Amino acid sequence: MKSRRKLIGFFVVSPSIVAIAIFVYGFISSTVRNSFSNFNSYSRLVQNEFEFVGWRNYQRLFQDSRFQTDLWNTLFFTVFFLLGCIILGLFLANLLDRKLKGGRFFQNVFLFPYALSFVVTGTIWSWFFAPGNIPNDPSGINLLLKNMGLDSLQWGWFTVTDSIGKFNLALIPVIIAATWQLSGYTMAMYLAGMRGIPISMIEAARVDGASNWQIFWRVKMPLLRTITLSAMIILGHISLKIFDLVYAMTGSGPNNVTDMPAVYMYDLTFERDRYALGAAVAVIMLVMVAFVIVPYLLSTLKKEDSK
Amino acid sequence: MRQTKRWNATISYVVLILLAFLFMVPVYMILVTSFKPLSEISMSNMWNLPSSPSLEGFVNAFQKLGPNLKNSFLLVIPATLLSCIIGSINGFIFAKIRFKGSNIVFLLILFGMFIPYQSILFPLIRFLQQIGLYGKIGGLIMAHVVYGIPITTLIFRNYYTEVPDEMIEAANIDGANMFKVYTNIMFPLSLPGFVVVIIWQFTNIWNEFLFAVTITSDPTKQPITVALVNLAGSQVVEWNMQMAGAIVAALPTLLVYIFLGKYFIQGLMAGSVKG
Repeated sequence: MKSRRKLIGFFVVSPSIVAIAIFVYGFISSTVRNSFSNFNSYSRLVQNEFEFVGWRNYQRLFQDSRFQTDLWNTLFFTVFFLLGCIILGLFLANLLDRKLKGGRFFQNVFLFPYALSFVVTGTIWSWFFAPGNIPNDPSGINLLLKNMGLDSLQWGWFTVTDSIGKFNLALIPVIIAATWQLSGYTMAMYLAGMRGIPISMIEAARVDGASNWQIFWRVKMPLLRTITLSAMIILGHISLKIFDLVYAMTGSGPNNVTDMPAVYMYDLTFERDRYALGAAVAVIMLVMVAFVIVPYLLSTLKKEDSK
Repeated sequence: MRQTKRWNATISYVVLILLAFLFMVPVYMILVTSFKPLSEISMSNMWNLPSSPSLEGFVNAFQKLGPNLKNSFLLVIPATLLSCIIGSINGFIFAKIRFKGSNIVFLLILFGMFIPYQSILFPLIRFLQQIGLYGKIGGLIMAHVVYGIPITTLIFRNYYTEVPDEMIEAANIDGANMFKVYTNIMFPLSLPGFVVVIIWQFTNIWNEFLFAVTITSDPTKQPITVALVNLAGSQVVEWNMQMAGAIVAALPTLLVYIFLGKYFIQGLMAGSVKG
């Protein structure tokens, strides 16, 4: 009876299993295969003259200065975006965890950008940061700065080609836009975590004479370690594959200052018919994301088994 | 002691109001711009309130984006409903029936939620071309339903895990078969789960861009996110229309968020904090 039920259960989910097997694992294999092929023109693809070229596409990418820039951009974008979201999210959550009157309103204000599409965010912020003609005929935030008498702070934002080391400063506005969109989400994660901390623990610390500052660092933070890890993983995998925001806000920018692997992949595959190179970029992106996600998934599974 | 408490609260409010103000600056800008007539759009007065408010931007935006707005609804509604049904059935099996290796299978399915879609995009498009769904809303629906399986299964599975096994055992003793257990016990209990998944899929599919821009190339078939980006690509950017268009594109998900925000947060948690 029981084994029959399990058989039916397997039968019921099998269409989904087949769909995932084909659409996820089958298609990934196909992309990997393409990345080792010579499909770098439309005619070769159509005639399906598959020729195995080994690591050639990957070698070309790693020697390609645009792709090198993409990797550096991804690194700096990820680091600053994660830092921004986690610091701001934690700060907001800590303020709102004190059960202030009207806290719900503020919570909604900080979370609402999350409901927007990255495309909408990109559209808004591209106008906000459009520099205009500095210094005399600025627009957006530069104009605001000029009106406030802070002319000297006017800047080219995402159009500048300056960099500090490998960090392209044009990424700063993109990081601000992404942080605006996702710090509220991080705040919501931390709030959920803080609500799980028993009040008695905090009261006990207070009775012992701990200040708010000490309570935050000594009591709350250690208990929020798993939330911080989850937030880093969720935000990290978003930033490794960021596409819509950059595409809608800045595109690749001058000298690819705001270019990302996902943008390059789109360009190679859909604008320039370099399918094999595009596939290689996609595979590299997949490997980067898998490094972040697979340990996380495995640890979740272990935790559930031990329950 | 009491005085410092009040002092703390005051500082908190000041900081919160200041930050809320900063968060709303882009919203202020998009609102004032969208209500300006085109003649009033210039760099030098972009922060000013419209001196003669006009709906010109919205009228033009609706004219240009109206068909795409309809496409988005034609895409989102069937895709969301299908996702719900599939996710709910899968979630039930993975939470309560289980079979040999079901945990590993679930994990393998879950991985599909995190992959960069770039890594399946090109084969997906070739596949849609072969079955005649490329360039059609049907193709987009298919992509969103299939790649929605992991998250919807996860949310429902978490929901059904909470249902005590005794309830199912009792129903089994009463002679209910699996189908009846699902329709009479699990389904009614999981109605809030349905709301969470509907909101989650609705906002995600509505906001999605990568599939939309690569699977539909015909402008009349494109969802609103793609059309909005294309507006900016035209020669002279009419900023009032552009900003009005952004509002139109954002409104459905914002309304869902404003009225069902509580569930929205639940869905968001289900997608992130596990175990």
